[in-house]
Amino acid sequence: MTYVIIGAGPAGVVAAETLAKTDKGAEIVLLGGEADPPYSRMAIPYVLTGIIDHGGTHLRKEAGHYDALGITYRQGIAKGLDVKGRKVLLDGGGEQPYDKLLIATGARPIKPPVPGLDLPGVHHCWTLDDCRAIEKLAHEGAYVVLMGAGFIGCIILEALVERGVKLTVVEALDRMVPRMMDATAGGLIKDWCVQKGIDVKTGTKVTKVESRDVGGEDKLCVDLDTGDQIAAHLVVVAAGVTSNIEFLEGTGIEVEQGIRINEFLETSVPGVYAAGDCAQGPDFGGGFNVHAIQPTSTEHGRIAALNMAGRVTPYQGSLQMNVLDTAGLISTSFGDWEGGPGTEMAEVLDAGHFKYLRLNFKGDVLVGALSLGRTDHMGVLRGLIQNRTHLGPWKGKLMEDPHRIMEAYVAHAYA
Amino acid sequence: MLKALNIDPGKCTGCLQCELACSFENEGVFNPSKSRIKVFNFHDQGRFVPYTCTQCDEAWCMHACPVDAIKLNKGTGAKEVDSNLCVGCKVCTIACPFGTVNYNSATGKVIKCDLCGGDPECAKACPTDAITYVDADWTGLDKMRQWAAKTDAGQQATH
Amino acid sequence: MAWARRILRVDLTKGTCTHEPLNMEWAKRYLGQRGLATKYLTEEIDPKVDPLAPENKLIMATGPLTGTCASTAGRYSVITKGALTGAIACSNSGGFFGNEMKNAGLDMIIFEGKAKSPVYLFIDNDDCRLLDASDYWGTSVWDTEEGIKERHGDPQIRVASIGVSGEKGVKFACVVNDMHRAAGRSGVGTVMGSKNLKAVALRGTKGVAVNDMPAFLKAVTDGKKVLAENAVTGQGLPAYGTQVLMNVINETGALPTRNHRDIQFEGASKISAEAMAEPRESDGKPNLVRNAACFGCTIACGRVSTIDRTHYTVADRPQYQIASGGLEYEAAWALGAATGVDDLDALTFANFICNEQGFDPISFGATVGAAMELFEDGVITPKETGGIELNFGSAKALTDLAELCGKGEGFGAEIGLGSKLLCEKYGHPELSMSVKGQEFPAYDSRGIQGMGLTYATSNRGACHLRSYTVASEVLGIPEKTDPLVTDGKAGLVKAFQDATAAVDSAGICVFTTFAWTLEDIAPQIDAACEGDWSVENLLELGERVWNLERRFNLAAGFTGKDDNLPKRLVKDAAKTGPAKGLTNGLDTMLPEYYELRGWSKDGVPTNETVSRLTL
Repeated sequence: MTYVIIGAGPAGVVAAETLAKTDKGAEIVLLGGEADPPYSRMAIPYVLTGIIDHGGTHLRKEAGHYDALGITYRQGIAKGLDVKGRKVLLDGGGEQPYDKLLIATGARPIKPPVPGLDLPGVHHCWTLDDCRAIEKLAHEGAYVVLMGAGFIGCIILEALVERGVKLTVVEALDRMVPRMMDATAGGLIKDWCVQKGIDVKTGTKVTKVESRDVGGEDKLCVDLDTGDQIAAHLVVVAAGVTSNIEFLEGTGIEVEQGIRINEFLETSVPGVYAAGDCAQGPDFGGGFNVHAIQPTSTEHGRIAALNMAGRVTPYQGSLQMNVLDTAGLISTSFGDWEGGPGTEMAEVLDAGHFKYLRLNFKGDVLVGALSLGRTDHMGVLRGLIQNRTHLGPWKGKLMEDPHRIMEAYVAHAYA
Repeated sequence: MLKALNIDPGKCTGCLQCELACSFENEGVFNPSKSRIKVFNFHDQGRFVPYTCTQCDEAWCMHACPVDAIKLNKGTGAKEVDSNLCVGCKVCTIACPFGTVNYNSATGKVIKCDLCGGDPECAKACPTDAITYVDADWTGLDKMRQWAAKTDAGQQATH
Repeated sequence: MAWARRILRVDLTKGTCTHEPLNMEWAKRYLGQRGLATKYLTEEIDPKVDPLAPENKLIMATGPLTGTCASTAGRYSVITKGALTGAIACSNSGGFFGNEMKNAGLDMIIFEGKAKSPVYLFIDNDDCRLLDASDYWGTSVWDTEEGIKERHGDPQIRVASIGVSGEKGVKFACVVNDMHRAAGRSGVGTVMGSKNLKAVALRGTKGVAVNDMPAFLKAVTDGKKVLAENAVTGQGLPAYGTQVLMNVINETGALPTRNHRDIQFEGASKISAEAMAEPRESDGKPNLVRNAACFGCTIACGRVSTIDRTHYTVADRPQYQIASGGLEYEAAWALGAATGVDDLDALTFANFICNEQGFDPISFGATVGAAMELFEDGVITPKETGGIELNFGSAKALTDLAELCGKGEGFGAEIGLGSKLLCEKYGHPELSMSVKGQEFPAYDSRGIQGMGLTYATSNRGACHLRSYTVASEVLGIPEKTDPLVTDGKAGLVKAFQDATAAVDSAGICVFTTFAWTLEDIAPQIDAACEGDWSVENLLELGERVWNLERRFNLAAGFTGKDDNLPKRLVKDAAKTGPAKGLTNGLDTMLPEYYELRGWSKDGVPTNETVSRLTL
């Protein structure tokens, strides 16, 4: 039996390890597209802040880890798939046969249709190569424009602030982290950033980036739809990501936003599975979604591997959850934080101290939550949502004072 | 056989000696706010509940860590944070459905119970045996285990 | 180390909060909490000040051990000139407030002046602010504590607050923290109320270190072992609480009953620890839910109780159908034996109200007892009481008055005067069972002679916690003395007073001394703190503190003549029990005590004493 995994991110690596443990003796090939050993993109901002070096991003730290597990690491980019012949077609002409395949190709940053984003000094913050480029340019006092204040933008923002750059953040939507935070929390995060000396322009679009040499190091000029122009040494583009699925065209594997997978994480083609940021899998609410987050990646990787190895393991569905540290202000979001019809909301706001907590209930079950300025016991929000815990009388107490969430949790954990 | 912390809320008087011992062991000072074990007070019921990591088999925190900074101590079964590797991304703090991994803003790292390397200070400090360190299949852990199983994202078949 | 070395000065008049360094020279002579705060207070206020004037100050103080892992080391005290007594007041409380205060990096908070409108002090480590308390003014301790936690979004905030009684000037109002732990006596809550200060809410996460950690851990571990192995602290107090004493003291013939008319209470067993553990008819559950500990306490004497849901006090009031702070011995005595009421649920309810509205159950119950005597003597009638039939033994009168006193309304406001002013008002000052304006606690000094001298000389007015000779005279700790004789009691009282003053200055609970002597305590303090804290030095510290308090009271206008007992105790012989026929022999004990103290015949510390103690 030969298992092939395309993609050496967290989903791919966890899948390979799980296969190695579950189906001892099988051949496992892990295909990675980059020259660096498997690493965590999430950790790149911490290289920029200096907390770790490049090696600190590596998903596994021990030398010979993959060899010891019998995992063959092979560098190569998949350009297509021969589903009938059970072969991965590689960029540059090679191929990799498989008996069972896991697609864990992840995602890549979107390059918005703005002129000038190919200029030198314009970078994504996605790969270790991007990281190396940014490290060179983002020195203390450098003028930097960050395009996009979404989740990834905000993580990069933190790193850039730590490096002491003069930062302008441009976000097209009306608030920061719009896909993770409501207007209240997004507004507070913006206020926080502004207090930290960051120029935040929400509801503003970059229309063009131009090369301009007027002496000095700032060789870029960023045009905004407000008519303003900003000189910059570095432009970092963080305008969202998209799943890497184009190479599947013509294979018959069903794709939408990502690769459609069933509760066993198998695609529409038997024997082919998908996991992580490229997969559109069952979500906790009963639908199918791409949840491009670390916990979903590793869960996908493990459960897909178990199913590939013949251990039938249904997946309960991924729960959207994020934690973000925006220049020291910590926020989290879980599940259905937006609420809407059929849900009830409890919230408490202490704007002066950048503290906010919002809970959404369906009946007496917590279905979503948002927090700002809290770090203790945040995981219980996941626990309560994912367990679909009936809170009974605690629902009323939480409607009155949402801060008592940990008490409510402990009361039920020992119920 | 692995041992585990067994908590019997019925015996807890709420004195917080466990929090004092834990914070001293890990921080070098007496500081309950930095304790990895917390006692919750359900005042209106006259009930005190000590609460900490169960070192669950599922180890959401460990699997969610993007930099391999949480590792299994095979001797104790504890999932231990390697502070040298932790980057402070906090993903484990939201991944753990028990809420027992917390971010310490003073150090920029996460903290969680590591069973003190196999000799938990909280259990030694407890004056009423509400916290004991016992063989891991002791029945007192069942409730927590059941709770853990419910959160399971799909690994039921592995047990 | 051990000390946070920092105090917070809060000027309520100006609305300012200022940190300042702790005076370490004083700390090394007065240790902390009771001793050190008394030093600050006596240096900073005019002893003759009206307790309720803005010029009086109020200090919340921790001890050096507060916040460490020493057993019971969560204590703090409130020190001020007492509203009930006009004497030095120092009321000690457990719970979790003291630890939190120390973790906010504070040895003390000094409040001075008076706020223009109600405020509360909010402390989050170094962040200290006076905030508007108008939402909480007029509400109970319980609602205030919950409301503040909710407002600040942190259930782990610790709150010490006053109830409506403290706002309304009830003379024996407490400062209550953690719902039902109280700095209970002498009207320290009344002083807080007079300053328009509703509450102190704090969160501290700084941590507490000590000087010599290895030595400290050893001393603390040894100490905990002693507590665990002692029958009183290891078994009696956890199982029965202080209520273990109810039947014991009754049998000793020293349970003051019906305003000290009697010395044994026929209903004692119905309100005892044993009764609290007895399943009741309605739901088969006992009054006592469980025992509970204050911060760091390995004894856990606290009671958590529920009231029978069918009882008249709570039948239609679900807010009281909860578990909350149950009866301690002193409260059970004052609310029960002193009033002749033997209805355990009524007593528990009255105790809930004392906690909820923040007033001292000892002074309250004893004053109700005095009012009942006035009523039975026909001095006051339903006209004065607002229709309440104030007979001894009436549970309904007790619980109605608790609610009225809590709100400072109707005849409850008159009860709120305390027994001294109440009895004076109605022309019978001799019926007030008090010293220096403060009501006796639960030991009749005819049956336990040493307690007569204890009460008469206590610097904060009648009090058992200043020298608990009951330990020796009844329980045989550290050695048994005869409760019916006066011989040797002057020395016993002095020794207990000095040792207790030292314990009260350290941050630990005086209940440890059921098992600990200073030989157990000194190594813990010595390891934690800089300086030499041997047993001898601690005793000298205690004596220094005692004399400091004494000199404040003398300067405030008290004299040796105030070291007295009500006539009933020195003229009317006990009617029953082992002490039958006895009165208290204060006259014999007092001169000997003055001499042992190094005081003049008028009870004034001599120059030699003052200089010996470097006062």
